[in-house]
Amino acid sequence: MDSIADPNCVAPNSSQTKDKGLALLKYVLIGTLFGIVFVKAEIISWFRIQEMFRLQSFHMFGVIGSAIVTGIISIQLIKRLNIKSIQGEAIIIPTKEFKKGQVIGGFIFGLGWAITGACPGPLFAQIGSGYTVVLVALVAALAGTWIYGRFEKYFPN
Amino acid sequence: MNQFIEWISQPWPWYVAGPMIGLTVPALLILGNKAFGISSSLRHICAACVPAGIPFFTYNWKKEIWNLLFVLGTAIGGFIAINFLGNPDTIVISEATQADLKALGLTNFSDLMPEEIFSWDTAFTGKGILFFVIGGFLVGFGTRYAGGCTSGHAIMGISSLQWPSLVATIFFMAGGFFMTHVLLAPLMKLVGF
Repeated sequence: MDSIADPNCVAPNSSQTKDKGLALLKYVLIGTLFGIVFVKAEIISWFRIQEMFRLQSFHMFGVIGSAIVTGIISIQLIKRLNIKSIQGEAIIIPTKEFKKGQVIGGFIFGLGWAITGACPGPLFAQIGSGYTVVLVALVAALAGTWIYGRFEKYFPN
Repeated sequence: MNQFIEWISQPWPWYVAGPMIGLTVPALLILGNKAFGISSSLRHICAACVPAGIPFFTYNWKKEIWNLLFVLGTAIGGFIAINFLGNPDTIVISEATQADLKALGLTNFSDLMPEEIFSWDTAFTGKGILFFVIGGFLVGFGTRYAGGCTSGHAIMGISSLQWPSLVATIFFMAGGFFMTHVLLAPLMKLVGF
């Protein structure tokens, strides 16, 4: 078993080629750019998330909305032009099956998002930005993930 | 050059930040045939550190090491941005939000985070338990149960036109609205605001 067959994994690695050594650095680099944007556009700010959920600022809706539009255009281009990965592989976009978890789990995540002011990405960027107390939230998020995995079969899905 | 540095140290508008985040999707696909998603990193850390024989954590997490490197990069990016590209001015938060949050007991609106919450002094008090322990737990549990977070569902999933991800995103927002407008005020009161 070399891959995760579980559709719960939303970020599967579809690559057949194994990245080794320096080739792995590119993921650090893309992550770094991503983290810079998170801070520079104040997406890591607890206040910006409050503004969003109170419908008092367009900023976060603009960020998420334009990210989705950019993503849609990019994926359409990849599909229509049959663009391959730099390793020469056909690009695979994993299918997401509908599950009750997207409703129940999604709602639970939303409750947490409004408390911490962070989804998982900003958690890491906040810690890097010097808000080290967010490490407590990260450990708690790992505990939440672990508890879900441990008792998975008892939750309706 | 000075103008560029001045521009880059201002807060970036949504129409710069959003497309840059959106470009992460094709960047990961083209550079490595990887699907964008961040909450998976939490699962990989569990699988690497405390698998405990649980089937959900028994898989070859080393194959997914790229995902852990990505979030390491995200933390490094946060460090670089705050230390070298930092905004010289204080954050501008909407007046209406400031008024709402004042009513909840917050007083300082000059930083990215409310200092009454985000400090080690509060970490192990009722405030810390609410904002970090309970909040973080709900984020970790909810994203895994939902099979993804804002990146995996809202951005990657909707970008690839998959309706289950749209459903997930609607419920992310529903949970957030419910917490903000119904539960947050009594919970903050409970922990001493």
